[in-house]
Amino acid sequence: MQSWLPFPESASTLSGEVDALYFYLCGVTAFFTLLIYAVVIYFVIRYRRRNPSEIPRPIEGSMKLETLWSVIPLLIAMTIFVWGTRVYFAQFRPAKNALEVYVVGKQWMWKFQHATGQREINELHVPVGQRVKLIMATEDVIHDVYIPAFRIKNDVVPGKYTTEWFEATKPGRYNFFCAEYCGMNHSGMRGYIIVMEPTEYENWLTGNAGGASPAAAGRGLYESLGCVSCHGANAEGGRGPALMGVYGSKAVLNGGQSVTADEGYLRESILNPQAKVVTGFGPIMPAFQGQISEEQLLQVVAYLKSLSTAKPETPTAKPPPASSQPSATPKASPSSRR
Amino acid sequence: MEEFEIPKPPRTNYLNAEFGLKSWLLTKDHKRIGLLYLGAVSFFFFIGSIYAMMIRLELLTPQGDLMQSSTYNKTFTQHGIIMVFFFLIPSIPATLGNFLIPMMIGAKDLAFPRLNLLSWYIYMIAGVITIYALLAGGVDTGWTFYVPYSTTFSNSYVIATGVGIFINGFSSILTGLNFIVTIHTMRAPGMTWYRLPLFVWSHYATSLIMVLGTPVVAITLLLVVLERLAHIGIFDPAAGGDPVLFQHLFWFYSHPAVYIMVLPAMGVVSELIANFSRKNIFGYKFVAYSSLAIAVLGFLVWGHHLFVASQSVYAGMIFSFLSFAVAIPSAIKTFNWTATLYKGSISYDTPMLYALGFIGLFTIGGMTGLFLASLGTDVHVSDTYFIVAHFHYIMVGGTLLAYLGGLHYWWPKISGRMYPEGWARFSALVVFVGFNLTFSPQFILGYMGMPRRYHTYPAELVSWQVLHVLSTAGASILGFGLLIPMIYLVWSMRYGRIAEANPWNLPGLEWQTASPPPTENFLVTPIVTHEAYEFAPPEHKEVVGKFERQQPAET
Repeated sequence: MQSWLPFPESASTLSGEVDALYFYLCGVTAFFTLLIYAVVIYFVIRYRRRNPSEIPRPIEGSMKLETLWSVIPLLIAMTIFVWGTRVYFAQFRPAKNALEVYVVGKQWMWKFQHATGQREINELHVPVGQRVKLIMATEDVIHDVYIPAFRIKNDVVPGKYTTEWFEATKPGRYNFFCAEYCGMNHSGMRGYIIVMEPTEYENWLTGNAGGASPAAAGRGLYESLGCVSCHGANAEGGRGPALMGVYGSKAVLNGGQSVTADEGYLRESILNPQAKVVTGFGPIMPAFQGQISEEQLLQVVAYLKSLSTAKPETPTAKPPPASSQPSATPKASPSSRR
Repeated sequence: MEEFEIPKPPRTNYLNAEFGLKSWLLTKDHKRIGLLYLGAVSFFFFIGSIYAMMIRLELLTPQGDLMQSSTYNKTFTQHGIIMVFFFLIPSIPATLGNFLIPMMIGAKDLAFPRLNLLSWYIYMIAGVITIYALLAGGVDTGWTFYVPYSTTFSNSYVIATGVGIFINGFSSILTGLNFIVTIHTMRAPGMTWYRLPLFVWSHYATSLIMVLGTPVVAITLLLVVLERLAHIGIFDPAAGGDPVLFQHLFWFYSHPAVYIMVLPAMGVVSELIANFSRKNIFGYKFVAYSSLAIAVLGFLVWGHHLFVASQSVYAGMIFSFLSFAVAIPSAIKTFNWTATLYKGSISYDTPMLYALGFIGLFTIGGMTGLFLASLGTDVHVSDTYFIVAHFHYIMVGGTLLAYLGGLHYWWPKISGRMYPEGWARFSALVVFVGFNLTFSPQFILGYMGMPRRYHTYPAELVSWQVLHVLSTAGASILGFGLLIPMIYLVWSMRYGRIAEANPWNLPGLEWQTASPPPTENFLVTPIVTHEAYEFAPPEHKEVVGKFERQQPAET
């Protein structure tokens, strides 16, 4: 039974890399700790005071030794630094070809919505061997999605989207926790990631169909919130910029700078449109700050993303059923970092 | 060994020069103020320990059966606030530092005796306000006060606590200022910088952090209070603010604050290791300057608290690098302490046992810091019990052990009495064992994924509970070990053997005057003609390694 072992399950493509680094660090720690303990214990016994009046000869110090025990630890520290940074960059490099799941944290529960519309609370079903990217927002305070078996965590911060990704390697049921203290029921804000074989996952998806996909719901909001009047019924533009294909494009602003229209930019432009106005348009859009929930906002963003048809690698409609492209095999992602 | 004029024990000393409450509450004597701090700090330590025991008891089982979640959250918050701001930060500097710095440099008092007393009053006022906040209903934000929980969502006494800590900061600033001016201007004739005991060097570095860092946390907490009261919008994204900005501001102080807590402890350990081996410290200048290096570099690593807080990955990379860099001065100190033992005359008196315990625990605390400086592993272990274990190894295994060692070492000077050696050695051993049993399981727990600040945990994870039970068992042993010195130190004030002026037979200036010292410390201002820890004449010096002998420092 796994829960008796004093070591966490290792179930993602990156968890083994984190463990390898961890074992290296454990080795370095054990070496230096034992070295210092051994030397101290030896000295303390060997040079114990034998005579109450003895005065040992003073020792000046040694530049050579000082240099030695500054430089060697520094070099070892640098190996850890480089290795640790590489693992970190792999953890935080945005995942391509990932199944996107929208996550909203609120005191004290997690809401998940799949791109295909299925909604879950405190549970998330994902397929094994495929990258899953969580796009996370919070309704209130800072939360954090922490999945120990995947060795991954990231804060969910008010006012922006944060992401994390993983690719599970073993079917199973894994704990996840809120790891940033968030008030009274912080320790109750946890649940399970259920990793399934792709076919099982397909069955699960069909068995739980029903809700509109986030993009479809976002389309509804696009109409009901009146976006259509300026951005056009088909997002072709009007008094406001065209939104067809806006996601991932470069937007040139009134000031002359340009930004990449990612999720964060879309979010800001809905909540606080005056912050970055696209060149050629007036600052006429009303702010939606406080008018729209985080979930609705994610849905509108999902709709806008779905307009970028030139992005086939985002499986917005349905994940390729068990087709398991080569990129989705467990070893693909770690080797893709350099 | 240098001959010293040892004045006959004066009939009056600082303890019996005056009597009555007023003579204590209005004293300007740094030694009496040190004792006022000792009393207050011990009181807060006792309160903080009770919270710790409550936490450990609650975590014995996965369910929340001892208290409700809201109570548990207040318990760990208040444990942190009391221990960090009211025990660890003032512990060594305000008690031992206050008492000893003037004596070690051959001065009659600190540069600003009235400010010194004022700093104690500020500390007490802050303490009273904070205790009020705890009694009125408590605070549940975590000692870190992260926004927007603290500004918008918490229904607890955030403002009162924030005001308490804000005020407390000024006590720190005044103490730091006083030390800096004293060390610069009041050294006795002949007491050059390189003759200063390392205790003084490390307090100098600490004082720099106190003066430069504390205002930042004061401002930050003020902003939290303003945001809470008036919603000024600096941290609220809906009003154009940024919650992560708070974390930058908070850790800009609170990481250096870690060094406020540990640098004085390193100073104490340098004294203990040198004096109880009857050797000068190996590589004096390296140990002295590594304190300053820690103080400076310590200001540049705050971002390692934000590796998973949506900080840029490139910023994370820089902060990771700098965090590895700040580990090196600590490593240098540890190696130099170890080398000092070489060919020494090592006694096994209680203070030395604590110093050796410090080296053992600080080594583990420091090495496990590398797991957190390293980005790849920090992602997994940050905000887990791994961190909790790591900083308790530094704060308790380091600072508390050094504090106890220092208290025993200077106890004859402070009280004029000896503590009971047998009991003291026994309790030092109990503390060491209890400490390790409490906190080493938490490293494993953290790597397994147990988040910190959790009231309950999944019952199906049996190994988590086993580790928690071990930890709680250790905490009981640790608590027992800490209770023994509390009892016998108080007992010894009345019944302990009378201590002579220099019971350890040491060259330090503080030992060249009576125990307890007269109010003016030295009847005649000492003239310093030797280096710190000079047990044998410098011409007997031995040089290790193949290097040419360096000229014997600028004496």
